[in-house]
Amino acid sequence: MQLAVNILVLASIYALICCGYVLIYRVSRVLSLAHGELMMLGAYGLYATASLFSGHPLIALAAAGALALAVGVAVYFALMWRMTGESVLAAVLATIALGILLRGAMILMFGTQTQHPLRDLGWTNGSLEVGAARISAVGLALILSTALVYGGLALFLRATRWGIRMRAAGQHPLLAAQRGIGLHGIYALAWGLATFTGGLAGMLIACDAGLESTLVIIGLKAFPAALVGGLDSLVGALVGSLVVAAAEVVLIHYVDPLLSDVVPFVILLAMLVVRPWGLFGTREELDRV
Amino acid sequence: MSGYYRTRYAEDAALLDTRTQKAWLAAFVVALVVYPFLAGVLWLDLANQVLLASIGAIALMLLTGFAGQISLGHAGLLAAGAFTTGILFKELNAPFWVTLPASAAVGAVLGLLFGLPSLRLRGLYLAVSTLALHFIVIFAGGEYETKRGYSTGIVIESPIADARAWYFVLLAAAAATLLFALNLLRARTGRAWRAIHGREAVAEALGISVHRAKLSAFVVSSTLTALAGCLFAYYRGFVSAEAFSLYLTIQYVAMIIIGGMGSLLGAILGTVFVVLFPYVIDTAMAGLGLSDRLSSVVFAVNYAAFGLVMIAFLVFEPQGLVGLWRRVRDWLLLWPFKQTPLR
Repeated sequence: MQLAVNILVLASIYALICCGYVLIYRVSRVLSLAHGELMMLGAYGLYATASLFSGHPLIALAAAGALALAVGVAVYFALMWRMTGESVLAAVLATIALGILLRGAMILMFGTQTQHPLRDLGWTNGSLEVGAARISAVGLALILSTALVYGGLALFLRATRWGIRMRAAGQHPLLAAQRGIGLHGIYALAWGLATFTGGLAGMLIACDAGLESTLVIIGLKAFPAALVGGLDSLVGALVGSLVVAAAEVVLIHYVDPLLSDVVPFVILLAMLVVRPWGLFGTREELDRV
Repeated sequence: MSGYYRTRYAEDAALLDTRTQKAWLAAFVVALVVYPFLAGVLWLDLANQVLLASIGAIALMLLTGFAGQISLGHAGLLAAGAFTTGILFKELNAPFWVTLPASAAVGAVLGLLFGLPSLRLRGLYLAVSTLALHFIVIFAGGEYETKRGYSTGIVIESPIADARAWYFVLLAAAAATLLFALNLLRARTGRAWRAIHGREAVAEALGISVHRAKLSAFVVSSTLTALAGCLFAYYRGFVSAEAFSLYLTIQYVAMIIIGGMGSLLGAILGTVFVVLFPYVIDTAMAGLGLSDRLSSVVFAVNYAAFGLVMIAFLVFEPQGLVGLWRRVRDWLLLWPFKQTPLR
């Protein structure tokens, strides 16, 4: 029972991070390897706003969320729009370079010691009994916000004008542009949303386990989940997260805790060999001779 | 412009064709040989690092710059070579002439493994699969360390102790790698790599076995890289999984980006740039009087500056240092005329 709860919490962490990878990839065919760093930046945003609005935790949370959204849009207009239409390698390398830059800048600004944004917000992380298992309050918040984010995104992509434009841009950028859709705006929105959801994941993880540099590794470990599900499918990201999290938790529990760093990547390789486009991805992605 | 024409294919394939080039090469070789007798300890160490890294950079350039296969697993391959050396040394007390070929063999096998996904995957997916293999190799190395009780790393006694002796060994190794790469690139294998880089379907139509060309690119590149890893293990005298982080891969990728894709000169220029970069930052910080204030976070300054430089090259000079050099050369060649006389 406890195992199931652990799997659910880890899966929702992965799913919340993954949807950033999926959004950016689906809309602009760019793989963002700076996602871990952007997550961490979001968490530091919460750390900053928590001390700024001390005593008003909800305002601090909202401000941190808005900040993450703005950072994502800024990243697009400062760097990534120059990479539109460049080769896959150039775009991926630009995000890697951005990641290194952010990592250095964050250490310079905030130092290297572990921060505890939850304490700064004035809250404590209680634990709840669910049947025979225990779950931390932040863990519960993680599951709820993942559900909310995915529900919101599904609604946004299906029912709103901007969401439909976003899907159109992802399907066929040229046609979309010719129908009068401003691609730069759409791409910027995708980056903003991705950074917002990633930042949210970063904030919640930081509230649970403290804010330190391992956050970046969690961000990178979530990537296999996105690929297992299919890089351009949100449903796939959910399923992939569940698969990867289940495998990871079970193997750690029964075999060896050290495996945690490598299990997602083994699953990723297995998936790439068997079905490179993922469980729910679009197959045309991979052209071959 | 100049009165120099090529009239035979052999002249076209020659590595050095004019007398001036030969003279410059001779001068350069003399400078390289004299260098260790003039340089201080720090500069000798830097030169050694450049030479060592240039082997890996050339190997990556062959794979990514010429054959067009993206790899983010370079640090994993270096680690494979270094760990093979370390494990053979610790377990069997194996000498240099055993560990070097063994590392090469491990590199070749891993290259085949790294290359297998490339038969089905391209671009992004290939990069991701090599990234996954990187983590698996590092995990295996770390596992060996902890299981055998070398949790801080494996210490290796090097047969060469003197830095100057190391310089000549590494110089020979780097020169051999460069020569090997140059010759490979003007032979059928290299031309096949360029063809699959250009367009796979056309290469296939020209009678090139795309699968074989891809696999050979991976095997050659990773064998060279594993050899560099072996030398790295001896040079440092120490192997640990922490030394082969993702950042090392990024540094090697940066070398070929900053140097300029598709050029061996670029690989070498990029190596010089990336290896010297932290020292330049150090000197700059000392010059600005910031080193006291930032001494605990020097690595963070390095990260940030490195990221900025990489972004600057990607955005403003995608051709890298070689592109800059070519523009300067053309400007000098055409002077006093402008580079684009006709519009």
